Amino acid sequence: MSAAMNSHKTMTIGEGGLLAFIVVGGLTSLVVAGRALDTPMQIHSFIFALAAVLAGIAVLKRYYDRPAELPPQEIDGLPNYNMGIVKFLTVISVFWGVVGFLVGLIISLQLAWPALNFDFEYVAFSRLRPVHTSAVIFAFGGNVLLATSFYVVQKTCRARLAGELAPWFVAIGYNLFIVIAATGYVLGVTQSKEYAEPEWYADLWLTIVWVVYLLVFLGTLWKRKEPHIYVANWFYLAFIVTIAMLHIVNNLTIPVSIFSSKSVIVWSGIQDAMVQWWYGHNAVGFFLTAGFLAIMYYFIPKRAERPVYSYRLSIVHFWSLIFIYIWAGPHHLHYTAVPQWAQTLGMTFSIMLWMPSWGGMINGLMTLSGAWDKLRTDPVLRMMVVSVAFYGMSTFEGPLMSVRAVNSLSHYTDWTIGHVHSGAMGWVGYISFGALYCLVPWLWNRKALYSEKLVSWHFWLSTIGIVLYITSMWVAGIMQGLMWRAYTELGFLQFAFIETVEAMHPFYVIRALGGLLFVLGSFVMAYNIYMTIRHGEREEPTREAAPGMVPAE
Amino acid sequence: MADASHGRDVDELSGTETTGHEWDGIKELNTPLPSWWVWVFYATVAWSVVYWILMPSWPLISDYTKGIRGHSQRALVAEQVAELQAFRAERGAGLIDAALEEIRDTPELLTFAMANGQAAFGDNCAACHGTGAAGFVGYPNLNDDAWLWGGTLEDIHQTILFGIRSAHDETRFGDMPGFGRDGVLDREQIRDVTAYVLSLSGLEGPTGANLEEGAVIYADNCAACHGDNGEGVHALGAPNLADAIWLFGSSIEQVTESIANGRAGVMPAFVDRLDPITAKSLAVYVHSLGGGQ
Repeated sequence: MSAAMNSHKTMTIGEGGLLAFIVVGGLTSLVVAGRALDTPMQIHSFIFALAAVLAGIAVLKRYYDRPAELPPQEIDGLPNYNMGIVKFLTVISVFWGVVGFLVGLIISLQLAWPALNFDFEYVAFSRLRPVHTSAVIFAFGGNVLLATSFYVVQKTCRARLAGELAPWFVAIGYNLFIVIAATGYVLGVTQSKEYAEPEWYADLWLTIVWVVYLLVFLGTLWKRKEPHIYVANWFYLAFIVTIAMLHIVNNLTIPVSIFSSKSVIVWSGIQDAMVQWWYGHNAVGFFLTAGFLAIMYYFIPKRAERPVYSYRLSIVHFWSLIFIYIWAGPHHLHYTAVPQWAQTLGMTFSIMLWMPSWGGMINGLMTLSGAWDKLRTDPVLRMMVVSVAFYGMSTFEGPLMSVRAVNSLSHYTDWTIGHVHSGAMGWVGYISFGALYCLVPWLWNRKALYSEKLVSWHFWLSTIGIVLYITSMWVAGIMQGLMWRAYTELGFLQFAFIETVEAMHPFYVIRALGGLLFVLGSFVMAYNIYMTIRHGEREEPTREAAPGMVPAE
Repeated sequence: MADASHGRDVDELSGTETTGHEWDGIKELNTPLPSWWVWVFYATVAWSVVYWILMPSWPLISDYTKGIRGHSQRALVAEQVAELQAFRAERGAGLIDAALEEIRDTPELLTFAMANGQAAFGDNCAACHGTGAAGFVGYPNLNDDAWLWGGTLEDIHQTILFGIRSAHDETRFGDMPGFGRDGVLDREQIRDVTAYVLSLSGLEGPTGANLEEGAVIYADNCAACHGDNGEGVHALGAPNLADAIWLFGSSIEQVTESIANGRAGVMPAFVDRLDPITAKSLAVYVHSLGGGQ
């Protein structure tokens, strides 16, 4: 896409193509809105149409405001990085994080005190639960992954991000998907697949966005100035490619009508369950593990100013993780109608996954050798290291729970919820917080964060919160599992189901308290980041040193 | 994997060679794989292979490898269920032919019936009647002395087996019409009879109601089922209106609603869901809760 050589400004193919896409998409949305068969479809197609109008205006304004020449790939022989997009994604990550954690707190309170749904369908647990999970995984986690991947791929390729409008299309389009998904849940739109609740039109939209994301990422790798591809980028690429595959296969549905929000999945019965948990498990593996390992591989060595512990380990654990993870899904369906052979494979591949997972932990932790003293002085690094520790713990607990005998006790209990949250709050949350704390001063040219003390506050508040959360869920889950299977000596179940629910109450209260502390921590982070951006001490941007001029460590 | 053309680059702190590459200031050490990591990985693979040999594991074209232990979770669960049923049948054998009164009066039969009944109550009844059988609005309290369809062992057993307004042919059936909905009584008449019904248990009715009119309306429309003095009739499932127990509530609004639109609570039939021993046990258990007649 070469800019016009003379001063005459012309529209690029990207700008023209995007405008045409917006016009067609917007008009289609309007037609659907006019003939929609249900209210949610009507609301959603209006949202799409509104988004098209706003996007059209934004693209035109951008065209009229920009100089005739497109931004250069390099200035004075150094890459001209596109950081505006990373800034946008960083800010929106913080926003979604706070929202997602808050909704989590609300539903945890509803579990302890069910009256808190106020008999109001739009805030019932069943509707807010997917709002919480999608907000933390896809809105918070997803935006953190977009932000960091766009940052890391540029820096480690020494190349400007591919495309000018494409990255913005990805960022805005992805967040439009989030809005459609979340409003859909509240309105009662769901295809009843865990972590894949959005209906067919939202899925279709996400597919388009995701393909563009893949192209932007590949395009940047393609024009890299480094001879080799850095390990973080392998993980990002594995995450992007695999999520595309999982998303498409698990959402193969036939809409009842293109004017209806309802669709019917092509998979039936147990095949549907298998596909769902192939998706669900690998969403954990490739979204929440591979993606965030990519973050770890850039931000920990960068922050600790130490080389990555072992290149070989990074290769071996990358490929073994990729190959083994994809098999482990059936362990979500132990003791169900899924054939036993499939359960066996799911379980044994989960056991074999233990060391490949721990390879990442070893590389993350051992990268600090020679820099352990920094844990005392740098709360951001401390957060990331504790994150890796939580990663190690939950990737041990996971294979353990996949063993059929253990699973017969743990399945369907709150132990599973505790396990998920030690991974989600501890590993994904903390590595994301660490990356955000690193990124903000770098992106806005600040000498440091507004307050390191507040980072410590965030760290301790949320650490106590996580510990309360997972310990209460361990106790509650194991107690629940034992109560369900307790028989009297006369051969009858000892407890009615409702008695096991009553017994959970105190632990639900402790869990909600843990969630409250975690939410408070995120408020502290949001304040700290806001103050850093608005009032942080400016640092004159130093142009990056030319290659080969970086002082040896 | 260090590229020879880069020359040797050694990290000073660890003394380990790097790969010679650098990305945005990040280098990678050429540390070999930790041997414990490799060995534990091999061990998990070996363990998995052993497991595959022992247990059902790999799919074939139209079958799967069964494993040399011949283990099958379906066979196992069928076996365990059969075992439990056999155990219960043996312990509960005495209940099959015993009359309900005999079960109540024979300690060893009673112990089994109470254990069985309590478990069955938790799984089948507690959802509507509450864990403690105290009921909710519309779902009777089973601890008190008031019985819609009778509180003897036989009455309770019959209700459990066939339900109330259930889909079963032998269901108990009673009809409380909607006197307002069906146009039998007008607003004023409903107000008056509401006041009269409430007065039977000494409660205050709607203001401005005519009690004498209410008494006449009651005699014409209600007494046939609920009795002349509101004492209720078990055979029809018509509740006692003169006591302090109110299935659908005793507020003026609730009683007005009952009269105007009728009531028709449903209890399912359990005859096809519970085995005969469990149904008997449940009857004895419910009877024992406090109000059995």
